[in-house]
Amino acid sequence: MNSLHPIQIHDMTIAYHKKPVLWDVDLDVPEGQLVGIIGPNGSGKSTMIKAIMDLVPKASGWVKIYGEDYSQMRKIIGYVPQRESVDWDFPVSALDVVLMGRYGHVGWMRRPSKEDRRLAWAALDEVGMTAFAERQISQLSGGQQQRVFLARALAQEARIYIMDEPLAGVDAATERAIIASLVSLREQGKTILVVHHDLQTVTEYFDWVIMLNMRVVASGPTSEVFTDDNLQKTYGGRLTVLSQAAQAMAEQRREG
Amino acid sequence: MLVENALRFLSLADANVRFVLFGSLLIGATGGLLGSFAVLRRRSLVGDALAHAALPGVALAYLWTGSKALPVLLTGAAISGVLGVLVMQFIINYTRVKADSAIGIVLSVFFGVGIVLLTHVQRVGSGNQSGLDKFLFGQAASLVDDDLRVMSVLAGLIILAVALFFKEFKALIFDADFLQTLGYSARWIDALLMGLIALTVIVGLQAVGVVLIAAMLITPAVAARFWTEHLHKMVLIAAAFGGLSGVVGTFISSLVPRIPTGPVMVLIATLCFVVSALFAPQRGVLARWRRQRHNSRRESQQHFLRACIELQEKLGTSRSLAVEELAIEMGLSPDRVKRLGRRLAAKGLVSSQDGRFTLTDPGAEEGLFVVKSHRLWEHYLYYRAILDADHVDRPADEVEHLLTPEIIAELEDILQREQGLDPARIVNIHGTGSHYRRGGRE
Repeated sequence: MNSLHPIQIHDMTIAYHKKPVLWDVDLDVPEGQLVGIIGPNGSGKSTMIKAIMDLVPKASGWVKIYGEDYSQMRKIIGYVPQRESVDWDFPVSALDVVLMGRYGHVGWMRRPSKEDRRLAWAALDEVGMTAFAERQISQLSGGQQQRVFLARALAQEARIYIMDEPLAGVDAATERAIIASLVSLREQGKTILVVHHDLQTVTEYFDWVIMLNMRVVASGPTSEVFTDDNLQKTYGGRLTVLSQAAQAMAEQRREG
Repeated sequence: MLVENALRFLSLADANVRFVLFGSLLIGATGGLLGSFAVLRRRSLVGDALAHAALPGVALAYLWTGSKALPVLLTGAAISGVLGVLVMQFIINYTRVKADSAIGIVLSVFFGVGIVLLTHVQRVGSGNQSGLDKFLFGQAASLVDDDLRVMSVLAGLIILAVALFFKEFKALIFDADFLQTLGYSARWIDALLMGLIALTVIVGLQAVGVVLIAAMLITPAVAARFWTEHLHKMVLIAAAFGGLSGVVGTFISSLVPRIPTGPVMVLIATLCFVVSALFAPQRGVLARWRRQRHNSRRESQQHFLRACIELQEKLGTSRSLAVEELAIEMGLSPDRVKRLGRRLAAKGLVSSQDGRFTLTDPGAEEGLFVVKSHRLWEHYLYYRAILDADHVDRPADEVEHLLTPEIIAELEDILQREQGLDPARIVNIHGTGSHYRRGGRE
């Protein structure tokens, strides 16, 4: 086993309410690369990254981070959830949200220090949002909210970044800003995993790509695996045999 | 009698009055404090179910021990209240019943059992049985020295816990998954928050009653949300509203004998809510209405300015314009045009003479900006083939007021690059800007 891989997934299967949504995932994510995860809706992209961070239970298999259990390594992982996963009418400012990225370092019952605040401001600056630091988050545009989420992850000062659709529904300027941040993270030797939905930009943005449809269809350097053949396998066909089988299993459990 | 009561109350000479007041202040304030978290976490109805489910516990604790001491009764209340919440959670997790139905089931069943037991106590009980019914609608006046000691300790614990775990609660409610990835146990923080909400409900039971205590969680918090965009301020404002409702509610209910405290407190809290919803500076109904009126006024004034410029352009002159001409150009009644013109004249954007209007320099400047936004937007929609030429005017009418100078610059840039359009020519009062006229190219 090569323990140098930032993320190594072995034989991982995930089920929601007994219905399998990801089968037998085997993956070695290479270090220092911008990695795109693509696949149709319901193909298990979000589920896979949540499983890496123990947010959903695994039915089988394991995940190692640099050869260690996730629970040992959570401090080196930064997370950008889907923007729609939170209520943006919550009464906090952009800076408050970014400061939450520091909570892992702050610890229980303590307040963020001056240094934490400085890092939060630096993260806001990195995504070009210092002017909006005190703005309530519902008064930000979708793209600005996404930048705040990215800044919160940057404030975590992680080695591995896992992002769920950071480019969904953002304006062109935000997309450029976010990509620039991702590239600069890669230049610092960090590993970035990005769930992505826009096939047009895959070759432009990502060094490595994971093609997912309830299982790993292909994974490797973008130039090698992002082919018509693999795209057909990932996106073609309405109901794959796998999803039919999963459906049948779910129904059987419900009857039984 | 009424005045006498009020004076006795306000003088604070009576020790019992001081207890009662302090007690209701504590209850109201902790209610607002925890209510803010409960409301934001969408758990306020769980608090309601918990309160109703506490009633059988009160009756059973009395039947079992024969004691009416507050700690005994509250322990019973806490046990059956938490049991109710657990049953509810069980129903949600292991059946297909949805959360709202589960809350309804638990709330009504436990409350029904509580009423039956209470009736039983009234019928068989000895001389000292009456008094349990104050747990229905609350009787702050029945608070005594000992009760207050118990309540103060509990309220102190609640406030301390909120102060210590404020950061954790904030992150939990905003984004529980993210908090979990940071190494905090979201489940434990959630359980702690739920426990504090339960404790708050239990502390308030005697004074406010099981039926209405949930309102003391919800109402001050919802009212506070209108005034601020910061969680810590919201929590403090909610505590202030809650404390105020507690004190004023107790005062009013003490004036007239046998008015239960709970309903009066809730009415005061509701008053806070109504005032907040109407008059809060940003989120209030009046503020919104004023903003809308301001916007629609600005829109019609900009229409007026654009009509002036386009009319002059059509006629090929810069002479003053008659009300009737403008009315036709704008599609409005002459009266309305006159009124708009007067308002613009007051702002110095037009000058009026004998029912005719002329643009002043600042008026022409703003008008040109509006014309430019309108035409650029028409072009953009038209050239990008988003809409046919004869359909672009209506969207442009709506959008022209919203385009910022940055968007305009971007539009100019796009149109110049892709269509070779000269931005300077788009607006040209006396020239042949005519092929950009309404309805697209001619």
